[in-house]
Amino acid sequence: MPDYFKPFRFISIFTISIILIFSFSFLAIGQDTEEEIGYSINDFSPAAATDVVAIDHVYDRGDGVDVTWTLSADDNKFSEYLIFRSENGSSDFVEVGLVLPGFNSYTDKSVESGQSYIYKIGAVYDGKIVESELSNIVVPDTEFINWNLLNLFIIGLLIAGAVIYFIAHAKAGKKLFIRKIAGLDAVDEAIGRATEMGRPILFIPGINDMDDVQTIAGITLLGRVAKVVADYDIKINMPVARSLVMTTARETIREAYISAGRPDAYNDDMVRYITDEQFGYVAAVDGIMVREKPATCFYLGAFFAESLILAETGNSIGAIQIAGTAMPAQLPFFVAACDYTLIGEELFAASAYLSGEPKQLGSLKGQDVGKLIAMIAILLGVISVTISDAWGVTFFDSLYDIMRSMFTIRN
Amino acid sequence: MKKQVPVVITFIVGTVLILSVFFPPAERLGEDFSIFFDIIAVFAFFLGGGNLIRIHTSKIYNKRQDWGFSVVTICGFGLMLMAGLFKLWNPGGIAADVAATGSLFQLMYDWIFNPLGASMYALLAFYVASASYRAFRAKNIDATILLIAAFVILLGRTPLGMYATSWIPESFSIMQIPNLAIWIMVSPNLAGQRAIMIGIALGVVSMSLRLILGVERTYLGVDND
Repeated sequence: MPDYFKPFRFISIFTISIILIFSFSFLAIGQDTEEEIGYSINDFSPAAATDVVAIDHVYDRGDGVDVTWTLSADDNKFSEYLIFRSENGSSDFVEVGLVLPGFNSYTDKSVESGQSYIYKIGAVYDGKIVESELSNIVVPDTEFINWNLLNLFIIGLLIAGAVIYFIAHAKAGKKLFIRKIAGLDAVDEAIGRATEMGRPILFIPGINDMDDVQTIAGITLLGRVAKVVADYDIKINMPVARSLVMTTARETIREAYISAGRPDAYNDDMVRYITDEQFGYVAAVDGIMVREKPATCFYLGAFFAESLILAETGNSIGAIQIAGTAMPAQLPFFVAACDYTLIGEELFAASAYLSGEPKQLGSLKGQDVGKLIAMIAILLGVISVTISDAWGVTFFDSLYDIMRSMFTIRN
Repeated sequence: MKKQVPVVITFIVGTVLILSVFFPPAERLGEDFSIFFDIIAVFAFFLGGGNLIRIHTSKIYNKRQDWGFSVVTICGFGLMLMAGLFKLWNPGGIAADVAATGSLFQLMYDWIFNPLGASMYALLAFYVASASYRAFRAKNIDATILLIAAFVILLGRTPLGMYATSWIPESFSIMQIPNLAIWIMVSPNLAGQRAIMIGIALGVVSMSLRLILGVERTYLGVDND
């Protein structure tokens, strides 16, 4: 070995010796600790979970069993609880789920109505499973009515009944008062502006599919807009993020052109599919806005983070913008960047409002009954909880509990 | 007939979906209808993809304005489709997961698609700034209240808000800017949001009933009379 290696050799041996000495000392400290606690880790056997009870999940179609147990005294030493199940008296248990320590219930949603099941809980400690006693036998059953939702059913029935009543009421020729909605009154003006400027209209129906009621609301409004567009003979451009929306929108615009007596002016390319991807869609629509500079932009449907990007781009090109969505988080963005915003319910009222048909307007009136119920419930709730808290009047305490249970959905 | 069939389908599906909430045995039907929708949506994708290719190839063929963008679109679409369909460079071969680590599909997703999406999302910060500038100008009383509320919330979310008002005694702690910001968010703001949510819920009920009962048929492109 060359001489210049000797100092390094000495340093290496010294370092390794120091590390070994420290390692042994820590081992000794560890042994002391084990002695202090009174048992060896290898001998420790934690207590299992106890009192395992399995009951049929209520008001379901027989596909649920609720399993509960009493936590082990050594709960904090387990890494998880495994839930095992055997079927029809078999001794074979299969794992059906797991919960973290501290939790003592599990709903098994993979059972079948009419079969019998037994459960046991396996608490996992140091890679080993500490099993509980077996549960009782449970046979899940199908219930035909979900009584937990009785309150929802009654409230729904009241509102739906009011809507249907007012539709019939309006059909009978009774006059109904509907407040002005500025955003909807501006639709014709916005389309007129596009006509005067000779520029296209851009219609964005949100980025959700046809299974979202907001998209349907947007499409119903498209029917009205397309009819005016067909009358004025201007171009409508509708980039969409969903194929089904594309086919529906095409059908809507085609029919609007036919009913306006101008089927020849309709072109399939008025509605075009871009992409399902949120930001890819936004990039494409922004590009269309900047290149084609539409005079009017409609944003009617379900929007997410793209709302402000679209509306600000529309604002930068000087378009008149009408937006409407039922996404509360996006409403402030539209209010800040658009000329008119249909807030929540106004989007759903849009088509009925523009149609002016009594039976459609009647449905809007029915909504007001729902609002009245909500107002009365809120007032009663606030008054009862205030009086009960301030003066401890039992009657108001009970009233508050009734109000709470009426508007709480249990499932 | 063309108009009546969709109305009948809407009525049946709508009614079953409502009943499935209250009658557990009908839940399965509700789930089945959702699956039917997904199946239809998958087939409709072919229409969408076909439309995309048709519009852009026609634009390139006719050399219309900005046709270069269409070339990028078609190339991107084709390349991603091929990478996913034939699982190009997939370490596990054709039988492996389409998004396996190291596959061309996953590489393109991670190194092209994701950064592009993130860039678009990042633009939001600048748009928030420009929209806030316009919205918070104190033009009238409403805008002034909005400006003050926004100022308090913005300040309340920074250490400066705490630092500036920490001298306020505990008995008036509501006047400390962070507490004031919390109060604005959980009281007037939440009350307003809930009012909007109640309105939305009622609007959805009313709109759904109009669709189920066939009162609203504008989405079919026809007048309701």
